[in-house]
Amino acid sequence: MTTTNISARPARLVDEHNYVRHELRTIQMVWRREIIRFLRARTRILSSFVQPILFLFVLGYGMTTLVGTTGGFDFKKFVFPGIVSMAVVTTAIFSAISIVWDREFGFLREMLVAPVNRGSLVLGKALGGTTIATLQGTIMLVLAPLIGVHLTPLLVVEVILLEALMAFGLTTFGVFVASRIQKMEGFQVVMQLVLFPMIFLSGALFPLDGLPSWLAFITRIHPLTYAVDPLRHVVFAVQNMPPAAAARFATGVTIFGHLLPLWSEIGIVIAFAMIFLVLAISGFGRPD
Amino acid sequence: MTSNESGDGTKNKPASRSGSTSGHSLEVGNRTDESPKRYAIEVKSLSKRYGEIEAVKEVSFRVDQGEVFAFLGPNGAGKTTTIRMLCTLSKPTGGTAEVDGFDVLRQPNAVRRHIGLVFQEPTLDQQLTAEENLRFHAVLYRVPRHQVEERIDRVLKLVDLQARRKDLVSTFSGGMARRLEIARGMLHTPAILFLDEPTIGLDPQTRALMWEDVLRLRSEEGVTIFLTTHYMDEAEYADRIAIIDHGSIVALDSPNNLKKMVGSDTVELVTADNKLVGANLEQHGYNIKVGEDNVTVFVENGEEQVTQIIAHAQVAISSVRVHRPDLDDVFLHFTGREIREGHAERAFPMHFMAFRR
Ligand SMILES: Nc1ncnc2c1ncn2[C@@H]1O[C@H](COP(=O)(O)OP(=O)(O)OP(=O)(O)O)[C@@H](O)[C@H]1O
Ligand SMILES: [Mg+2]
Repeated sequence: MTTTNISARPARLVDEHNYVRHELRTIQMVWRREIIRFLRARTRILSSFVQPILFLFVLGYGMTTLVGTTGGFDFKKFVFPGIVSMAVVTTAIFSAISIVWDREFGFLREMLVAPVNRGSLVLGKALGGTTIATLQGTIMLVLAPLIGVHLTPLLVVEVILLEALMAFGLTTFGVFVASRIQKMEGFQVVMQLVLFPMIFLSGALFPLDGLPSWLAFITRIHPLTYAVDPLRHVVFAVQNMPPAAAARFATGVTIFGHLLPLWSEIGIVIAFAMIFLVLAISGFGRPD
Repeated sequence: MTSNESGDGTKNKPASRSGSTSGHSLEVGNRTDESPKRYAIEVKSLSKRYGEIEAVKEVSFRVDQGEVFAFLGPNGAGKTTTIRMLCTLSKPTGGTAEVDGFDVLRQPNAVRRHIGLVFQEPTLDQQLTAEENLRFHAVLYRVPRHQVEERIDRVLKLVDLQARRKDLVSTFSGGMARRLEIARGMLHTPAILFLDEPTIGLDPQTRALMWEDVLRLRSEEGVTIFLTTHYMDEAEYADRIAIIDHGSIVALDSPNNLKKMVGSDTVELVTADNKLVGANLEQHGYNIKVGEDNVTVFVENGEEQVTQIIAHAQVAISSVRVHRPDLDDVFLHFTGREIREGHAERAFPMHFMAFRR
């Protein structure tokens, strides 16, 4: 009875060759799943707009009366790239919650036992979160005309690229945290705890020069600073700011009186993203 | 380091298996065992220790290709621990195991490409449809692109879920979700399918359906099935059963042989005069035991002999009961305990179980 006809077994349908193509297919599949799930979670899409919009209008209008207008350029316009960044940061970080969710519902196991590279799984996840966060940030651009920020096609492309870079760095950070945290509540608590300090200390909501030295120091060692500043830089570059405004709301990060070039800021962000990517992958080491 | 078919070795294998031999990636893909008789699973003195707890103690067994092999044991017996070691999810602390000819310690990736695994806890994505869950799995397990659709059709048919393929898994009942998991485990044509408590928390009808699925998989896809259960009645479906208790195998044989080991059938008579009946039957050479209020007769085949026994008793009989040992008796015999202790907590609906870890 144990010698059932084995010949009935279909030929194995396993594509044993082409390792690279297989891993690419895996990355793409994990990415696709993130997107499908995102599109199905309507409330999540809506709720992640609420906070940045609230900040833009309340903080923007509130501070404008306080700070006043310099050569037609006001605080609303100044803070706009910061608000876009905020939308990206929030979405990117919380996109990693899907990993904790997957752990809770068991799907993480289905992925981790599969004969695929852990790196492909993490990369697929990170790219999924990156896409979603970039999308959220880009949708924020529809508010630009409302507050008088000019957009050009080239600017939109630049903004999207910078958003994607920022989002990738933060998603990998989120995945890294998620890989170490077992419980849903734990992840939420940790993220709520770090999210606001992270945004506030990045200079997303205030200019970076003329800060008290302790705050200047923190903003300079904070990686997010180097992701926000280029975004602000490219937006301001097409706003025809009068010199007085450009001086008042200066972009660029100075360290020891030294202005960092844009490419080095981007380099710093890429470096951090890579570090978190490696940490995130190693966070999913084999059980036992 | 890559593909290393040694040529000579592959020729000995049955034709249908030849497609699965080419190993690749950084791991040696050749099977370690090249003898003509190859087992689906071969385990020697396998042990797992968690600190003070010896979850599995020097377990040895072999599973033939195409066999349905059941691990039967109570909670905490070491069933899941054994499966985890065989599926390379946890490292043995002693002994060796080969799965489809690959060593679990030295060739974990090769093992994982040749097995399907259904966990004790659900691992479906509730927010995806049945089809999407399967497609995800197909990619992770390298089913060639042009065969994915065909294969999805086939496994959904095997578990009779074609009609629900476009529905979100969150709308599935526990039984449907479980069957989808089994379908998913079969999607990449594994040589061996591991099912950890496949029928947990399901009602009897759904359990029966699940067994139909499993047996159909075996006959239509020729897959070897290794499953665990603590339901006696369903262990009967298996070709062979290993009874595991406190991490050790206490008995291993076909259901029928196990029952034979426990003893013969019994015929219990309640009569007007038990002593007299006992004496009468003893005269006819029956092996009996006279109890307080009944007489027990031990015979080979109770149902056939019961009329003769009644005739030989020669006293008015008020009741007769024929009892054939079942697996409960088998379990009691080998472990000294009933298996049916406190299983009420396992009857959880699927969505509750998702939170157990
Ligand atoms: N990761 C672990 N760490 C410590 N002990 C463990 C671990 N996994 C299992 N055990 C212990 O090993 C023993 C066997 O557990 P196992 O999960 O294999 O049982 P089981 O037969 O699958 O039981 P059940 O029917 O409840 O699923 C138990 O005593 C359990 O507490
Ligand atoms: Mg178990």
